[in-house]
Amino acid sequence: MGLGPSIIDVFLEYWPIFLKGALGTLRFSFIAVFFGSILGCLVSFMQLSKIKVLEVISRAYVNILRGTPLLVQMYIAYFFLPIAFPIMNSLSKETYVLIALIMNSSAYVSEIIRGGINSVDIGQTEAARSLGMTAKNTMLRIVLPQAVKNILPALANEYIAMIKETSMAGTFMLYELMYTRVLLANKFLIWQPLFIIAGIYLIMTTVLTYGVRMLERRLSVSD
Amino acid sequence: MTEVGEVLIETVDLHKSFGDLEVLKGINEQIRKGEVVAVIGASGGGKSTFLRCLNMLEEPTSGKVIFEGNVLDSKSTNLNLHRQKIGMVFQQFNVFPHMTVLDNITITPILEKKMKKEDAEKEAMDLLKRIGLEDKAQEYPRKLSGGQKQRLAIVRAMAMHPDIMLFDEPTSALDPEMVKEVLEVIRELAESGMTCVIVTHEMGFAREIADRVLFIDGGVIVEEGTPEEVFEHPKNERTKEFLSKVL
Repeated sequence: MGLGPSIIDVFLEYWPIFLKGALGTLRFSFIAVFFGSILGCLVSFMQLSKIKVLEVISRAYVNILRGTPLLVQMYIAYFFLPIAFPIMNSLSKETYVLIALIMNSSAYVSEIIRGGINSVDIGQTEAARSLGMTAKNTMLRIVLPQAVKNILPALANEYIAMIKETSMAGTFMLYELMYTRVLLANKFLIWQPLFIIAGIYLIMTTVLTYGVRMLERRLSVSD
Repeated sequence: MTEVGEVLIETVDLHKSFGDLEVLKGINEQIRKGEVVAVIGASGGGKSTFLRCLNMLEEPTSGKVIFEGNVLDSKSTNLNLHRQKIGMVFQQFNVFPHMTVLDNITITPILEKKMKKEDAEKEAMDLLKRIGLEDKAQEYPRKLSGGQKQRLAIVRAMAMHPDIMLFDEPTSALDPEMVKEVLEVIRELAESGMTCVIVTHEMGFAREIADRVLFIDGGVIVEEGTPEEVFEHPKNERTKEFLSKVL
């Protein structure tokens, strides 16, 4: 038994499968970070809130999600949610995995937003409040617009990290890049897809990292 | 000396602690309408904390701040309305860097006083003219010098039509050549009858502009009086010692 067909041969023959997988990966990561950002915003506001209960709950939420493996969270979402909440039975398998991804992402995003908000000089808040601006307007009009500069590049980095994390979704037979391995293993192609998959991940993360660097440069010009 | 009227802002047995550190140890003070009060004292003596309690940027540990007959309460939504009437100028300017000079001035009147944009802008331009910055209206603050930023901060507060202005070491972060232009704006304000409380290290300015001088040390008002009384004939040993170091 030899090595079988070369990497190039496999890629040329099955590239639509890899393309579909890569698009699935980009889609899952985008959904996770997009909804994770919205949820993460809420969590970070809870963390910055003066109401003790909200602060404690949100801190626990973040600690649990950051302190346990994503794969475990996915298993819990996949097997426990449908049992615990029968009403969710009608949801697709994909949705359960996405819930885990979104929640996991929201924990990281909330830390990014909290850090971004805290990076804005306290004097800005004091100036706005001393003028009689409400807490809400101070946050929306004075602090957040300045925090965005720090938040945006970090969010983009979270998206890049999420691209790698979603590889675990393949475990649950969801069509993303890592899942293509399973499809081709059925055709007795074991090692070639792995290198192709690794190469595609590398290209995606490299291109996006470069994009983030451009974004950072653009944002720092306005300082 | 300007004509002084009724009590505008008053502190009653004001205490403030940061953790174990008691910074204000019971301050009773009345500031009357039209008065210009200079607050002097060594760093760490509590003078900035006193000033910051007047608009509740620091919440008193105990005691009261009464502004225009209302006890200020950090939990009340009315606090925002009272703060609109209490302008504040900071050592570090704290202009909003992400907005044009004009927007710095108009944002709060538009948001919180529901002023029409055109009216707010017209008024802002008049204010900018008064400080000679009308040609910078569309610039961002990063293009301004320190002195220009501080003058902007002053008119930003003025745009809310405050009844009192608080100045927290307004010239301490400025290059020496810019101190004068900022003091001139404050002087003009004071002479126009605005009630002012100025925490400052500029003794010459304090002496010249103030109706009354407070010397705060160790969290209490050690001595107070007219500039002449405090600077020429200080009674308290601590005042004498402080003045001998700075004059």
